[in-house]
Amino acid sequence: MSDSPRPYTLVAELTYRCPLRCVYCSNPVDYGRHDREMDTETWLRVLREAEDLGVVQLNLTGGEPLVRDDLEALIAEARRLDLYTNLITSGIPLRRERLARFRELGLDNVQISIQDTQAASSDRIAGSRSFERKLVVAGWVKELGFPLTLNTVLHRDNLDRIDEVVALAERLAADRLELANTQYLGWALPNRAALLPTREQLERARRVAADARRRLRGTMEVLFVTPDYYTDLPKACMDGWARRFILVSPDGLALPCHAAHTLPGLTFDSVTDRPLGDIWRDSSGFQAFRGESWMLEPCRSCDRRAIDFGGCRCQAFHLTGTAAAADPVCHLSADHGLIEAARATAEHGDAGPFVYRNAHGTVTP
Amino acid sequence: MIAGDSKLRLASKARLRFDRQSSRFMLLYPERGLVLNGTAADVLQRCTGERTVDSIVEELAQKYGQQHHAVEKEVMDFLRTMADRGLVQSVA
Repeated sequence: MSDSPRPYTLVAELTYRCPLRCVYCSNPVDYGRHDREMDTETWLRVLREAEDLGVVQLNLTGGEPLVRDDLEALIAEARRLDLYTNLITSGIPLRRERLARFRELGLDNVQISIQDTQAASSDRIAGSRSFERKLVVAGWVKELGFPLTLNTVLHRDNLDRIDEVVALAERLAADRLELANTQYLGWALPNRAALLPTREQLERARRVAADARRRLRGTMEVLFVTPDYYTDLPKACMDGWARRFILVSPDGLALPCHAAHTLPGLTFDSVTDRPLGDIWRDSSGFQAFRGESWMLEPCRSCDRRAIDFGGCRCQAFHLTGTAAAADPVCHLSADHGLIEAARATAEHGDAGPFVYRNAHGTVTP
Repeated sequence: MIAGDSKLRLASKARLRFDRQSSRFMLLYPERGLVLNGTAADVLQRCTGERTVDSIVEELAQKYGQQHHAVEKEVMDFLRTMADRGLVQSVA
């Protein structure tokens, strides 16, 4: 792949509405202020403009995308455009007939989130009774011939049951298992003390995942998304700012990532005002952290600057107050002590109560 | 294990697509994609579950004007890698 910016993936956040209230939701904590949703025609145009820019992957997500009654139209158009379309869902609310219709219309993959392997603990994270229903829907996914991705977000309350998560994925005949350690942005940041695992928990889970990957090679793809709080090198967040991904929010804001609009001083445009191609190429928000000219030390002279792009801009801002700073996950960051302190709290501290996702943006329990 | 008489098809999660920008085929699967070189695309387009690996090798050897055994190793190595990644499957 060439190095010039080309979006390969469109993340279509169709709605912030969701029957679940997960404590690590990646939606912004003020999502309740963005309750306007774009109409079907505008989304269809966004799909066409995205494909024209080079997008080949479409993630239909939210919130819970199933609450939109126009998913059928979006899936049909995506198929006409030959996009690989992945529905990222809790599986609620869904009837089997609707899922069968998605299959006829050309939906490629269904990704279902499972919060834990037992109903009580899963429902506790989701803030709603949902676990049993998800298993039923996962069964339909396979019966209807879809490939199934199972996604479990990992944290200190479920990490020790990662073996059971793998076993559940095998029982459900998942084609792909995403073991994704919590990313501490959105709702996960105010819940960090309740979610961040200890190093010992993490190392054990990493070994279990590695064993599962070897054992299941060729039948189930097992991904273990490393938690960056326990690495000393940042990850290439979104493969670099505005290089490979476009996210469009429910109200039409085109963004380089889930949380870009939480950064101060950046201007992002709405697809209702400008064509997506113009926004991708020229908008100041997309240009802000492209390339290297924005970098500060230690990133500016770092050997890894073209590998990790300085890490996550949102994490840098939310932890240090400076979006152009090195991601504090990096051991070279002057603020790396913030990460070490969070780890120490996980090791010794009180886990604290959960703050459930809510439309009021209330982040105190 | 893939052998000469195996019949292969793409995994249900994988789909080929022609990419206008690069003028190459891509193999797309959840949240990932591979940009294929000409040989890889020729092989995967023929993995429809109906033909043996041997017959695919034979056809490609003729197409490229090469010896069967020269093409065979390249095709086998590629298909084994793809099978390990769960992107092609043997048809029972």
